[in-house]
Amino acid sequence: MPPDFSAVRDQFPALHQTVHGKPLVYLDNAATTHKPRAVIDALVRYYERDNSNVHRGLHALSMRSTDSYEAARARAAAFINAADPAEIIFTRGTTEGINLVAQSWGPTHLKAGDVILATEMEHHSNLVPWQRLAARTGATLRLVPVAGADAEHGLDLAALDRLLTPQVKLFAFTHISNTLGTINPAADLCARARAVGALTVVDAAQSSGHEPLDVQVLGCDFLSFSGHKMAGPTGIGVLYGRRALLDALDPWQTGGGMVANVTYADATWKPSPERFEAGTPNIADAVALHAAMDFLDGLGRPALAAHDHALAATARAALAEIPGLRVLGPKAGSPRAGLVSFALQDAHAHDVVTFADQDGIALRGGHHCNQPLMRKLGLPSTVRASFYVYNTEADITALVTSLRRIQKFFAG
Amino acid sequence: MSDLSDLYQSVILDHNKRPRNRGRLPTATRVATGDNPTCGDNCTVYLRLDGDRIAEISFDGQGCAISQASASLMTTQLKGKTAAEAEAAFAGFRDIVTTGREPEEFSETAAFAGVHAFPARIKCATLGWHAALEALKQPDQPLSS
Repeated sequence: MPPDFSAVRDQFPALHQTVHGKPLVYLDNAATTHKPRAVIDALVRYYERDNSNVHRGLHALSMRSTDSYEAARARAAAFINAADPAEIIFTRGTTEGINLVAQSWGPTHLKAGDVILATEMEHHSNLVPWQRLAARTGATLRLVPVAGADAEHGLDLAALDRLLTPQVKLFAFTHISNTLGTINPAADLCARARAVGALTVVDAAQSSGHEPLDVQVLGCDFLSFSGHKMAGPTGIGVLYGRRALLDALDPWQTGGGMVANVTYADATWKPSPERFEAGTPNIADAVALHAAMDFLDGLGRPALAAHDHALAATARAALAEIPGLRVLGPKAGSPRAGLVSFALQDAHAHDVVTFADQDGIALRGGHHCNQPLMRKLGLPSTVRASFYVYNTEADITALVTSLRRIQKFFAG
Repeated sequence: MSDLSDLYQSVILDHNKRPRNRGRLPTATRVATGDNPTCGDNCTVYLRLDGDRIAEISFDGQGCAISQASASLMTTQLKGKTAAEAEAAFAGFRDIVTTGREPEEFSETAAFAGVHAFPARIKCATLGWHAALEALKQPDQPLSS
């Protein structure tokens, strides 16, 4: 039995509305989740009571803001079991964290002949920065293939071992595929990379709000995630980096707050994390992210993962009954996340999403920022339903009813 | 559901299921592709001109019912037209999908009036038209295989 979170729904104000006259069924959580009252309150409380700049002022409000901001950093360290809060850099989100590594680490550590390794299932945000870095440094970008007709077998680990040569300096991969729902064996992948001396960058955008995360168990060098996909606000995210690596890196943006000493001619840098946070940071959203992490740990992240996985498994089974519907992603028995991606034979994803919207159901349709993978799967686009703590089996029933009607409309 | 039946009129469903002039045109002398980067849809339009008139036209690509039906219907509308007439026809079509006003003279394009209530889908309806106008701007050249 999946854990009972039925009371949690009441804590999310945005869920209690109608769309086109129907109760909202929100199944676009892999794009962004809704925010509980505790997170919204933390944001409002910060602006109503503490609002001030950090690390500069000596007055009471500035000290409160600084304390709240640094408490959020310590909370983020605890959330992923980082050894030291200085290993937590606040960013705008997953994308910015990956770009920070590419721009800060890349040019000083890569040369022609080196290899950057990524995978065929990466979101554009964990692919395009590496394409650009390769072009800039003369390094080569190689990709670990996904295996199986529907990519159901996940990453091709035999190919990975062939690709992991001593020329590989960095291996960037997603923890959970936003398109397929595949959960990659992240700790194993990091260990294989470490064996050839490659650093690892883990895209945790789809895992941070759903699965327990422990960077020391994963053994990764960098890990990036977004607040808004884990019940937190938009505009805030976390880049974790191992302390020894961060202190040896150049800054990627410069300005106030990150400098130790400045003359008219030159400047020196503070250590991490300040070195990577030039300018006034996103204090309010960091404080609200703190509340989101408390909220998720209050629910219990193993229970949350079990809940989302169970709903996705129920959805997969129910969708498979619909004529002409192809479910993508790993088959039963393989590690799968709380989302399901599918295609209807007679209806394009956009038509499906428009129809479902009229039934109050929020889905995602398109290439999911994963164009090369969609080409490989031979599909222009898919429909995705992704689940979170407030979703219920009744939401799946509504989805299936709507999809059957859509299938009939376009096939008829 | 009245809104959706406005959007997916029988004309649109018919063109989606049985597209007219679909496929690569071997005799084409002009070709252009329109992409919709937000959804990955694309539409390629092939033209052969006879003097200043469109003698043959076809389309190919992948996309939703709205974009495929619109491109199909467009090919039936543009055959025989000059570039200036094609631009005028697109202006009329764009007026239909953005305002919902039906044309004064009967035209199958009126089926697309329902699109205006779905602003996110207007770009689907105009994808093929943009590709056709782009192709018309190009110089004639034999289509490389």
